[in-house]
Parts: sequence; C-alpha cells; structure tokens
Amino acid sequence: MSVMKRVSMMFRAKANKALDRMEDPRETLDYSYQTQLELLQKVRRGVADVATSRKRIELQMNQLQQSSDKLDRQARDALAVGREDLARDALTRKAGVQGQLGELNTQYTTLQGEEERLTGASQRLQARVDAFRTKKETIKATYTAAEAQTRINEAFTGISEEMGDVGLAIQRAEDKTEQMKARAGAIDELMASGALDDMVGGPRDDIQAELDRMGAGHDVEAELSRLKGELGQGSAPRQIEANSSGGAAAGPASDGQAAQAPPPAQPADQPQAGEGT
Amino acid sequence: MIVRILGEGQLRVDDSAASELGELDAKLEATLERSDEAGFKSALGELLARVRAIGTPVEPGALEPSELILPGAGATMTEVRKLLADDGLIPG
Repeated sequence: MSVMKRVSMMFRAKANKALDRMEDPRETLDYSYQTQLELLQKVRRGVADVATSRKRIELQMNQLQQSSDKLDRQARDALAVGREDLARDALTRKAGVQGQLGELNTQYTTLQGEEERLTGASQRLQARVDAFRTKKETIKATYTAAEAQTRINEAFTGISEEMGDVGLAIQRAEDKTEQMKARAGAIDELMASGALDDMVGGPRDDIQAELDRMGAGHDVEAELSRLKGELGQGSAPRQIEANSSGGAAAGPASDGQAAQAPPPAQPADQPQAGEGT
Repeated sequence: MIVRILGEGQLRVDDSAASELGELDAKLEATLERSDEAGFKSALGELLARVRAIGTPVEPGALEPSELILPGAGATMTEVRKLLADDGLIPG
C-alpha cells in the first residue's frame, strides 16, 4: 500500500487510541489542550537547546580557525629561516586542524537546519493550539453529546497529527544536538588534555619553541659567554641563592646548570647537523 | 485534499493531482521494498518537490487531519520503516 496512506493511517491510529481512553469528550478537549501546552514548552526548549549547541560549535570553529592561522604563520616563519622541516610539520598540523574544521562546518549547517525547522514547527503548533482553544470553548458551550463527538474527534485528530509531527521534529533535533554535544565535548577534552594544544599552540607549541630558540640563539650565546666571564671573576657563591628559594627549586636549579655547563646549547647544534638548505 | 510533509506542515492540493502523486508514491514504495537507499532518496525528493510545486500552504489556524502524510526531506529508509511500524516513531 502507498507510503503516504500508511503514514497517515499510523498517525490516525495514534489519535484514535488516545481518544478511546477518555470517557467524556469534554475531558478529551481539556486534557488534550494541556498536552499541547506542554509540547509547546518542549519545542521552545528544543529551539533554545539547538541554538546553544550551535553557538558552542561556532566558538570551537573560531578557535580552530585561529590555530590554523597561527600554524600558517609559523610555516612562513620557519621557511624564512630555512627550516623546511619545521614548515612541513606546521603545515601537516594545519591540515589536521582544517580537517576538524571541515567536519564541524558540516555539522554546523545541519544544526542550523534543525533550528530553522524547529522554529517553524513551533510557530505552526502555536497557531494550531490557539485555534484548538477557541474551538474547544465553542464546542463545550454548545455541547450536545451526539453532535459534539464528531467535531471533537475532528479537532482532536487534526491537532494530534500536528503534535505527532512536532514531536518527531523535536526527537530529531534532540538526536542531532546530542551528537553535536558529544563531539563538542570531545574537542573540549582534547584541548584541555593538551593533545590539540600541541597541534594548536599554547605553552607546549614545539614549533614556536624551536623558532624562538633559533631567533634567540645569538642572544643566548652572548649571555652565556657573559655569565662564563662573570663566573671566571669569582662570583660563584651567588649560586647558593638557589637554595633559598625553596619550593620553586626547578627554575633556579636549571639556571644553575645552565651557568655551570653548556648542554642547553643543543638547539644551536641541531641546525648545523641537519643543514637543509 | 490536504497533504502533510512531516517537518514542513500541511499543503492543500487539488484532488485532480491524486493519481499523479499516487504514481510517484508507488515509485517510492518500490524503492523501499528493494531497499534501494539512493533510489529512495531521489523518489522521495521528486514526490516532495511535486507536492510543494502544486500545493498551497494550509492556513495556520486550520485543524484538519491530512489525507496523506509524507516523510520529510532528508528522511532515511530506516526512519520511514520505523514510522510505518506499529507503535513506531510517532510520539504521543
């Protein structure tokens, strides 16, 4: 049998079942009106929910776009100082970020569609509910059992079809929103854990660190020889100050090491060993 | 007659279009039977486009049941099968 007919029969069967549950038709009207108002509330919440999710995705997309721009700048900087390996690394990461962005964008469009659809559904339902309220009062005022029954059935079937339709739209939007939330949550978690951070920048950005190190290379060398000179003049006891800063031992301790031995000069070694261009 | 497109609302369509829509609907039915998702999508798209083209939106205050109800754009076969199953997707 025809798909269109079968779907409409399913909707009608639902409405009839609900109608059969009520004894007094007037009860049906009031009960149904209550349900309609609840459903309206639910649709409005649904619209708000979808909008919230959409905004969250928007924020994440902005963040990812910034990361992508940053990686792009880094690739240029790296190329400018002849580090093709670093530039390649930055561009690879940028491709990863762009991939994420692409997927988010697709889902963003989907959510936008759901939002529009739900907003429309909410307006339609509002109009039907208003119409139902008027009709319900008229029917109740002129109530004579036999005549009212058919009018009630008609109005009820009409509104229940609308409610079924809107109910489906809400379910659909809820599913989509859940998927989005899961995805947005996963990206947030990645950012918090630093996994994306590495890719994306921030304190652990090793590409930037290496670029900085190279830029600062000369200064570091100069500073080192200055320190060495000072130490040669016999100001060694000053290093004991490191102990007085107690808890924050990490910083001063490494300073001390730097002053005593030259290992941190590693990065300056690397470019020589792997001279690319 | 009144036709509802799920998620879009109701449209009033001239009764004379019934046989034309019936043919498109039969095509849709056939794709469902042979589980042809791609065919289903295009058949549904065609049917919806036709209904939208010849129908006029029903006034917002109307409270009339629809004679025919169509799955909305983007519906999958799985969704439609659930819709048709007893006690399926339809809330309420």
